[in-house]
Parts: sequence; C-alpha cells; structure tokens
Amino acid sequence: MAAPNSSRPPRVALFATCLVDLMRPSIGMATAKLLEDAGCVVEVPSQTCCGQPAFNSGDRDTARALAEQMIAAFEGYDYIVAPSGSCAGQVRKHYPELFKHDPNLARRADALAEKTYELTSFLVDVLGVRKVAASVAGTATYHDSCSGLRELSVKKQPRLLLQSVDGLSLTEMNENEVCCGFGGTFAVKYGEISDSIVTKKAENIEAAEPDMLLAGDLGCLMNMAGKLSRMGSTIEVRHVAEVLAGMTDLPPIGAPSGQEKAR
Amino acid sequence: MTAHPTSPYFKENAHEALKDEQLQMALSNVRQGFIDKRAAVAAKLPEFEALRDSARDIKNHTLANLDLYLEKWENKVHDAGGHVHWARTAEEARQAIVDICRKAGAKTVTKGKSMISEEINLNAAIEAAGMTPVETDLGEYIIQLRNEAPSHIIAPAVHLNATQVESDFRRVHTHLDPNRDLSEPVQLLTEARQVLREKFLAADVGITGANFLIAETGTSVIVTNEGNGDLTQILPKIHIVIASIEKLVPTLDDVSQILRVLARSATGQEMSVYTTFSTGPRRPGDVDGPEEYHVVVLDNGRSAMLGTSFQDMLRCIRCGACMNHCPVYHAVGGHAYGWVYPGPMGAVLSPSLIGVDKAGHLPNASTFCGRCESVCPVRIPLPKMMRHWREQEFERHLTPATVRSGLGVWAFFAKRPTLYRFASNLGMKALAFFGRDKGKFTSLPFAGGWTDYRDFPAPQGGTFQDQWKARKGAKS
Amino acid sequence: MSAREEIFGAVRRSLGVTGQEQPRREAVNERIAKAPRGIVPERGQLSGEALLALFEEQAKATLATIDRVKDRAAVPDAIADFLRRTNLPARLRMGADPRLGEMPWDKTALEVSHGKSDGGDLVAVNHAFAGVAETGTLILTSGPDNPTTLNFLPDYAIVIVDAKDVRGSYEDVWQRIRDRDGKGHMPRTVNWITGPSRSGDIEQKLLLGAHGPRSVHIVLVGE
Repeated sequence: MAAPNSSRPPRVALFATCLVDLMRPSIGMATAKLLEDAGCVVEVPSQTCCGQPAFNSGDRDTARALAEQMIAAFEGYDYIVAPSGSCAGQVRKHYPELFKHDPNLARRADALAEKTYELTSFLVDVLGVRKVAASVAGTATYHDSCSGLRELSVKKQPRLLLQSVDGLSLTEMNENEVCCGFGGTFAVKYGEISDSIVTKKAENIEAAEPDMLLAGDLGCLMNMAGKLSRMGSTIEVRHVAEVLAGMTDLPPIGAPSGQEKAR
Repeated sequence: MTAHPTSPYFKENAHEALKDEQLQMALSNVRQGFIDKRAAVAAKLPEFEALRDSARDIKNHTLANLDLYLEKWENKVHDAGGHVHWARTAEEARQAIVDICRKAGAKTVTKGKSMISEEINLNAAIEAAGMTPVETDLGEYIIQLRNEAPSHIIAPAVHLNATQVESDFRRVHTHLDPNRDLSEPVQLLTEARQVLREKFLAADVGITGANFLIAETGTSVIVTNEGNGDLTQILPKIHIVIASIEKLVPTLDDVSQILRVLARSATGQEMSVYTTFSTGPRRPGDVDGPEEYHVVVLDNGRSAMLGTSFQDMLRCIRCGACMNHCPVYHAVGGHAYGWVYPGPMGAVLSPSLIGVDKAGHLPNASTFCGRCESVCPVRIPLPKMMRHWREQEFERHLTPATVRSGLGVWAFFAKRPTLYRFASNLGMKALAFFGRDKGKFTSLPFAGGWTDYRDFPAPQGGTFQDQWKARKGAKS
Repeated sequence: MSAREEIFGAVRRSLGVTGQEQPRREAVNERIAKAPRGIVPERGQLSGEALLALFEEQAKATLATIDRVKDRAAVPDAIADFLRRTNLPARLRMGADPRLGEMPWDKTALEVSHGKSDGGDLVAVNHAFAGVAETGTLILTSGPDNPTTLNFLPDYAIVIVDAKDVRGSYEDVWQRIRDRDGKGHMPRTVNWITGPSRSGDIEQKLLLGAHGPRSVHIVLVGE
C-alpha cells in the first residue's frame, strides 16, 4: 500500500467511471466534494473506461488494452477512488487476473488494485470518516449493488454515513442484496429477463415506501429508475454520493431537468 | 426427457417461461424457501465457512490425483465383490446398464434420483430394450408421468403445483377410485407411496446415482430425504450405481467434511435424512441387500475439463444452491436452460458437455451478480467460468454480430481518450437536449432490449471531465 | 484400447501426469492410510451429559421422538408404552441382534417376530451401531442382526441406541467402524438416519413419510 505520508494530505485520483462521466456528472462532483471534505487532494486524470464491458463480453484484448491505459493514467496517485463498486471491483479483483501471465504489468496491476477503492468504503475504511456534513429530509432505502457487496464487502459503510445525514432516515427493503437485473450489456441482450428481475426489485422498493432509492452504482440506479419511472412511481432515485454531499438540488435520475424538485 | 437440448433457443424458452403464470408462482417458492433455510442453518454452524474451504480443498486434491484415486477405488470395489464398468460416453454407459438388466431378465427397473441418468437419457434406453424404468423420487416420478425433464437438480418438479400433480395422478393411476380425495398434498404423497411401494417390491434391478465414491473403502454414497434410493437399492437382486468420474473422494473423513456442507447448502437441513454408504453386494449371513453390485463410471467429457480453466467445475457436488440463489433462474426456471443442468452450474457445465455452440446463451444469460459463488459450498468461481466461456465464444466469433460491432465502436473511442472526451461531451449534450423535457427516453434505437420494458434516464448534459476542467479553470 | 484404459489415458493427459510419479503416489497412499480429520465442529466435541443432551436436542429437531431409559431391561416396557401412546398395535419386527435378544420382551404383551421386512410390517425395531450428537443422526450397519429393510419398509421405525455408543462427530464413529471391521473395510451398508422420511417435492411443502418411515422413535439406553 502506498501509505500517504502523514505530513501531506493523500493525493486521490477520482475515477468517475464512464457512466458517471457521460450520464450524470453531478455524481463525480459529489464524490470530489466528499473526498475534499475528508482532507484529500483530488485530481481527475484523463480517463475513459476501465474495460469491464469488454472483459465481461469475452473480449480480453480490448479489456487488457483499456486496463493498460487506465494503469498508466492512475498509477501515480496515493489512491484511486470511484463512485462505483462495479468499476472499483474491476480494478481491484480483475486487473490482477488480466495480467497474471505478464510479470511486468502484473506488478503494476497488483499495485493499482491495492490502492483502488469504492467511495464509501474508502471514506469509512481508509480515512475513518464517520459522519458527513449534509442535510437531506426524507426516508431512503439503500440497494446493495452486487459487485460492491460481494467483491468489495460494501454493506455497512454507506449506511453508516447515511445515518449521519441530518434529517434522513433509513428503511431497508426486502431482498436488498438481490441483483436489480442490470448486469451491463445483459440488460439489453436479455431485456425480457432483466425486466422480470428489475420488476421484482421495484416491487420491493415500493413496498418499503421510501421517498428515495439510493445505491452506489449508476448502472443499477438507471435500471431501477427506468423501471420505477415506467411503473409511474414517484420515488426519487439518486446516487449515495449525491445525498452524502448534500447535493440533492439537481433533479433525480430520470426526472426532467428544469423542473424544480417538489420538496 | 431431454434427448435433444433446446439450449440454443434459450431466449425463446425464457420468453415462454416468463409468460407462464403458473410457473412464475412455483418459482416464487424457490425464491422464498431455500434461501432463508440455508442462511439460518449456515448461521447456526460457526465452522461453516471453514468447512467450505475444507470441502474445496478435498475436491481439488482429489481432482489433481484423480487417476490414482480411481485406481484405489476400483480395487476396493473388486475386493468387496462389486463390478466396475467404465464408460467413455453416454452411449457406452447406457449399453452397460441395459446389458446388466437384460442378463438379469429384468422387467421392472426402479430408479433413485440421478442427474447422470438424465444426462445419458437412460430411461429411453431402458424402455427401448423392452423394460420399464420407474422413477421413485417423488419429484422424478411426477415428471416421468408428464414426460418432462427435471427443472432443478434437487427439486425436479419445483416448476409444478399440486393441482397439476393431482391431474397427472388421476390420469395415470386409473386403477384407483376416481372419486378419491386428492385435494391435499399429503394425499398425493400417500398415493405415490402406495403405488411406488408395489414397484419397489416388484423390481428386478435398482439403479441409483452416487453423491460420492470413496477411494479408501470402495464405497458409493447416496443422500436422500425420502428413502426411495434405499428401497431402490436394497430390494432388487441387482443394484447398479451410475456415477461420473469426479465423484471420487479419498476417505470417509473427507466425505464427512463435504456432507457437512451439502445438505446445509441444498435444502437448509443440517443433514439429509438418509445418507447411505454401500460397499459391494450382500455378505454371507445377510438376510437382505442386493446379490450383485455394479458401478458404471462415466467420463462423457469430464476428463477433457481437467487441466483447463474449467477444472474447478468438477468440484461441484450438485447441491443446487447456485440456482436457488440465481435471479435469472428465479425468473425463467430450469427448463428454459434447455438441457439437464440449469442455473449457474448448468451455464458452466452444459457448454462443456454439449458444446458451447449449442449452449452459448447460458453463460451469457447472467448478470454476474456473484450470488452463486457466494453460496457455493465448494467455492466454484461460477461467474469467472461463465466469463471464460464468453471469451471462447468471442474468440471463435460465436458472439452475436450486433454485440461485437457495438463493442467495437465503443472500444474505438475508449482507447482514444482525447477523441472520446470530445465526442462524448458533444454526444451527451445532444442527448440531454432531446431528453430534457421528460428527463427520460421511452424508446431508443438499438436499445429496445432496454426501452421496451423501462425508461432510459436522460443524461444531465456535458461530461464530468468537461465540468471538472471548467471548475478548475474557474478556481485558478 | 479398452474404455478403462482410454479414460485413465485421458485423465492423465489432461492432468499432465503419467501416474508413475512417486510423490503423487505417496501423497495418495498417505491420505488414505492416515485419513486425516478435517474440521470437526466444536459442538461435535462434547462429552458426558452435554453430549447426550445435544444428541437428544438435535434428534428432536429432525422431528424424531426420543425416550430415555436407564438400562436394557427397561426397553420393552418403554416401547410398549410408546406403541400404546401412538395407538399402534403391539406387534414388532426385529433382527437377530443379541442386545435385542437380551431384553425381556416376554414380560410385555408385545408380539415379536424376527427377520427382514417384506413390506408388511407396521413397526420395526433395530439397534443402532452409534448415535452422532452433532446432528442427532443414528448410524446403523447392515447384517442379520439389524436387517437394512427394517430401516426403510415399516411405517414406524424404532431405533435403540446405547448412550455409551453416542459420539460427538461422524469421524468418531468412522474410527469405531475401522476398529471393528479393519481399516479400509466397511459393512455392506452403513445407514445414517437423521429423522423420519420426508419430501418437499410438492410445492416445497414438508411432508413426512415419503417412502421410508413416517416416524422415527429413538430409545436411548443408559447414562
């Protein structure tokens, strides 16, 4: 571990992930705010994608090319932090495997893997953050996205931080550890099956009667927001970082822009 | 029976399954029952996780030395007076079994539940040889009456409800009072017990599978809850075991380790009701038990998995936990997978056994949620192995052209950060412009798989990297 | 080439071995000879009254019923009483186990017959080789003393187990079988029985008495 020198704040490279970069920059801004509030120096190296779609589609060559690009861009920092369990998991768990037969790159991939974190787990487990300075009124339920939960053991960290948000109360839905049916390209390739899975998820969300649905991965959030919206639900869908940063003034995922939020 | 896999039509099968309301009701039983029971029983045993490691290690050690353990086991079977028949293929296994049955002049052949028997389509071969195979596991009996394949490896009739079973019993058990009451499941069970009791007593040959073969003693092991496997093997003159080569374990102590995780992972019991260790035929002085004991050992593609990235799959002990915890299995059920083995374990095993050209959908039809791996008692990295199959499909150009070209376009940009930033910024601004009124798209070209079922949230507009650059510019 | 040779050849080719490697052979021989114990759960390592109490608790959890009696002489009365309570006829089938033979059946009104079952018996008695406290499991071995058919064909199975034969874990019982029959040798059948027969095959509902006994009644003898 590249232990940060105690005399200077940790230099953290923010890996926004391609979905956040393209679809919802506010999550990246919220992530930067949370990291800066916790005393980090945040930088955003030029980035595209970690290569997971290629990796999971069986295209190893592209996955390796993108991973190499990512390693080169990010290896110079103390930590790499992403507002996504899925993309952080790709770097932490799968980069070492991608290069295990290439000793030189394997060493660099291992080093990068070791200092790459999902946002809430970085704040809680590495920086020891226990509370955030945010105020958001309402009830929220949290969906445990699969990669964060099972690859990175992200479970308690987001809840711990959410409990410190002023005015926010947490309620758990049934089957909160069950997949939402996103699965990257799966959602399009096997849309009908994906729909059956996300329908059950949406029913569980509705049954918990929250004002807000939160999660740590934008892919899952877009899937669930899309389903809730199609079902006519009024539950707001947001990334956990936006709530922790108190940045809930923007419209929730899938809601019209320009329209002020109801609350 | 699934003689011909319908796995190539997985999508069509899944479509039918999703429309089938009765099936969807039945699948909700899987979603609720198995998962909670497993979790409760695992929580009750502090050593459970360590036992999973132990089970994995035992299987790994055995697979690495499979040739030697097979030799040891074979010698022990011979010492105990049993016979071993080696079968390279399904056809050789069917032939060996039919030959033993014919030689015995068998008319009725009872059967305990065996997935290998399904794999080699044994019942059809027994029937073709003029004998009557009778499945005796309640679930297997029901699906045999319906001429269906099992939809789950430990709960073969999990896709059915009691009303369907009642109508099958009325259709087939015509010798019974047509006005009898069968409205309660227990009445169905009692009727099956009576009908099958006669078959057990009349059988000439009994065929069971094996959960394990023990090298130390030449023993085969079956694990059941009903007791049908035992009645199958102790009443007829001849007991035939059909098992595949990877069922070997070294010792009685080793099998005890694995048994501690098997039932807990499968049904959430601490131990199944009947765990039976069989070693050879009837001994001098015995008043019951079979006079002949045969084991047909099947390879059928497994030896080719050794030494490859799929070797870990041979650790599988067929508990069914992976499918019990799989969101895709919960959605479509077992039959959609189109061959004997459904769920995550089937998604890895089926391409090995029937070819990735036929079973290619199965390893793709996964969200990689990882719940299967998290509950597998022998810690098989199922998502990783599904990914290996996707890699083989990609290399062999079996991946659908649309996916391939979509991936190609995306990769072209992703590999060129400067171009990516420029194009994505423009693209997202445009997309946001079109989506700004509703905040979502209700249909999108090329993404019907998404927008047929749910809305696609509109982007906020611009990219994070662009905004960050602007913020930094403003600050400095 | 025979199927056997071809399968061994294929396994060895895939593993990249010849089968002649001395270290592999030694590792395999040693594992079989030493049969190392793996992880034995803490609850499988009890002794004394705690062991028997766990056995009883676990057996009940499997939906078996259990009576404790102080010695062998008390068994027939306890069984007669069980049959009365359960509204069963006073008829029993059992094997030739000398421990059963010692018991004073003639002091009860029970009608006792001997031998295997042909399917016509409602109640049978077998003597267990051992009990395992870890899961409330009964362990029976085949032979004329306790015919295997008596474990499966009757509707009601009564199993007698001596308290001194109750062990914490399965491994402890394997050791006793090795001591009795010799290392590497097994009785034709070893039955582990953990509760009465059951099935969940119809709508996942638990139903007792699928093919084997719908009731397992244990008589635990001694302290």
